[in-house]
Amino acid sequence: MSSLTREEVEKVSLLARLRLSEEELSTMTEQMSQIVSYVELLEEVNTDDVEPMAHAVEQHNVFAEDAVHESLPRDAALANAPKRDDECFRVPAVLGD
Amino acid sequence: MALYEASATQLLSQLESGEVTSVEVTKACLDRIRQHDGAVGAFLKVMDEKALAQAAEVDRKRKAGEELGLLAGVPVAVKDLLCTEGEVTTCASKMLKDFVPPYSSTVIKKLQAADAVIVGKTNMDEFAMGGSTENSALGKTRNPWNTDLVPGGSSGGAAACLAAQMVPLSIGTDTGGSIRQPASFCGVVGLKPTYGRVSRFGLIAFASSLDQIGPMARTAEDTALFLEAMSGHDPQDSTSANVPCPLFSKTVDQPLEGLRIGLVKEHFGEGLDGDVEKAVREAVSVYEKLGAKVVDISLPHNKYGIATYYIIAPSEASSNLARFDGAHYGHRCDEATMLEELQKEKDALVAAGDELGVKRMDTPLIRMYRQSRAEGFGPEVKRRIMLGTYTLSAGYYDAFYLKALKVRRLIREDYDKAFKTVDLIVGPTAPNPAFAAGSKTNDPLAMYLEDLYTVTANLAGIPAMSIPCGFTSGGLPVGLHMQAPALEEDRLLRAAYMFQKETDWHAKTPSL
Repeated sequence: MSSLTREEVEKVSLLARLRLSEEELSTMTEQMSQIVSYVELLEEVNTDDVEPMAHAVEQHNVFAEDAVHESLPRDAALANAPKRDDECFRVPAVLGD
Repeated sequence: MALYEASATQLLSQLESGEVTSVEVTKACLDRIRQHDGAVGAFLKVMDEKALAQAAEVDRKRKAGEELGLLAGVPVAVKDLLCTEGEVTTCASKMLKDFVPPYSSTVIKKLQAADAVIVGKTNMDEFAMGGSTENSALGKTRNPWNTDLVPGGSSGGAAACLAAQMVPLSIGTDTGGSIRQPASFCGVVGLKPTYGRVSRFGLIAFASSLDQIGPMARTAEDTALFLEAMSGHDPQDSTSANVPCPLFSKTVDQPLEGLRIGLVKEHFGEGLDGDVEKAVREAVSVYEKLGAKVVDISLPHNKYGIATYYIIAPSEASSNLARFDGAHYGHRCDEATMLEELQKEKDALVAAGDELGVKRMDTPLIRMYRQSRAEGFGPEVKRRIMLGTYTLSAGYYDAFYLKALKVRRLIREDYDKAFKTVDLIVGPTAPNPAFAAGSKTNDPLAMYLEDLYTVTANLAGIPAMSIPCGFTSGGLPVGLHMQAPALEEDRLLRAAYMFQKETDWHAKTPSL
C-alpha cells in the first residue's frame, strides 16, 4: 500500500489553497493514502498504445462567433463580492508588507 | 386521486381540459411540502409566492388561448446547483450560501420557456459530491421510505421530493451516478442523458467531462416529456451536442421489437445484495416474457471504473473549484482576525530566528484564499480537491491522471463492442438498497463504491436510466439500471415504458 506522508499532504494543501487543521491533516493523510492505494489498481491495466480520452464527446475546435457581445454589467459582476468598492473587488494587500 | 398523486402527464391532460387550474395543482404541491418536508427535508428553499404567480400566469395564458410550452402549469423542483437569476443558488455549501447568480442556466430558461412552475430548490451533497446527501452543509434529507435511511445522493433531495409526492418532476445532475442511485434508493425514475444532450451552461461545475443534467420523475412518460423539454443544442456550451432532439414523449409508448438485452457478468459478483439481485433478475424475466432475448456479455474494464472515476472527477473538481477564492463571490474569512493570526505566526518565527520559515509563510492574499476555502468547504469537497491536486501535481500526473484517461478509453471501447451484440445493458443500479444515515460517513472508499455500476456510463458519455423494479424483503425500493449507446435515450425510455406496463413497482408510494 502506497502511503502519503503528512508533509506531502501539507504541501498539497498549499497547492490546493486550503488551510487544514492539524486534525484534518492527519485524517486527510490516512484517507488519501487509502484512496491512492485503491486507485493504483489501474497499474495492472496495459495501456500501451492507448490514446488518452479526456472527454466523453471528442469534439475539436468548437469556435464561438467572432462578434462583440455586451458583457455582464459591472454592478452585476460585483454584486456577490464579499468586499468591493464602486469599481473593483477588494482583497488584502498584494504588494509589500 | 389527489392532485399530488398525479403524474405530470395526467396533470397536463386535466389542465388542458380545464378540469383543474395550475394554481390548484401548485397549491396541492405546496401543501404537501408544508405537511411533510419537516420529516423529509428535500427542499432547501420553497418559492411559494413566485410559484403561485407563475401558475396564475400560465392559467391566464391558457384561458386566453395563448401558445403554451410543453410543461405548462406543471410544478417542478430544481436541484440547487443550477444558476437561477435572482434566486439564491447554494450547491448546499457554506461557500455559496448567499450567492445570487446574475444569470440563469440554460435548463432553467428552458423550463421557463416550457411554462413549468418552479416550486423550489432541492437539497444535495455539497457541490454534488457524495452518494447519500449527508454532505450537505445546509440540512439533512431523509429517505421517505424510512427516515432513518439516506435518500442516496447527490440528488437526494430531488429523488426524495418525488417519492414523497411533493412534485411530479424534479431536476437532478449525475456525475458518477447522482441521478440514478438516489432514484433507485427512493423508488423513482431517473435518467442521465448522453453527455452533451442537455446544456451544462449555468450548472455549477463539479467534473465538467462527466457532469450531466437530467430528468427525474415517477413514470417513463413523464421522464420522456421532461427530457424533451430540457434537451437541445446550446451555442453557450461548447460541449453541447449539435444534433436534433427527438420527440421522446411521442415515441415512449412504442414497444421495442426483438430487443436484445445484455447482462454483464461482472455486475452480479461479490458485494451485490441478495434481495437486489433477486429483484433485478425478476425484472429481466419480465423482459424475456415480452420477447426480449437475454445475452451474457462482459465489460472487462468495468472493475476499473471507480478507480478511473476517482482520479478524473477529483482532478476536474480541483480545477473547477479553484474559482471559489473568496474574492469574487462566496464565503470570505474574517480578514482582521486572519491578518492578526498571520502576524503572530510571523513574530513567532522571527523570534525563533527561523528565516526559512518566514520566507515560506503565506502572503496575506494566499492566507485569505486558504482560510476562506477552509471555512467554506466541507470535508468531502476538501478531500476531492486535495486528491485532484495531488493526482495532477508534478511527478504524479502521468501515473494517475494520464493513466486514468487511457483506461477511460478502454472502458468506452468495451461498451462499443458490447453494443454490437445487444441493444441495452441491464443490471442493478446500486449494489445495495438505501443504507442507514451515518453508516458510511467515515469511510469515503465504501461510499465511493456505491457508484460501482453507474460511473462507467459517465466515463463513456452514454445515456443510462434507473427505474423501480421491486423491493427488498425489508420493503426498500430496488432500481433497475439500463444503459444504451450514445444518443439512444429513446430506447431507454421505451424499454422503461414496456416494463412499467407489465408491473406496478413505479406506482408504489411510501406511507408518510
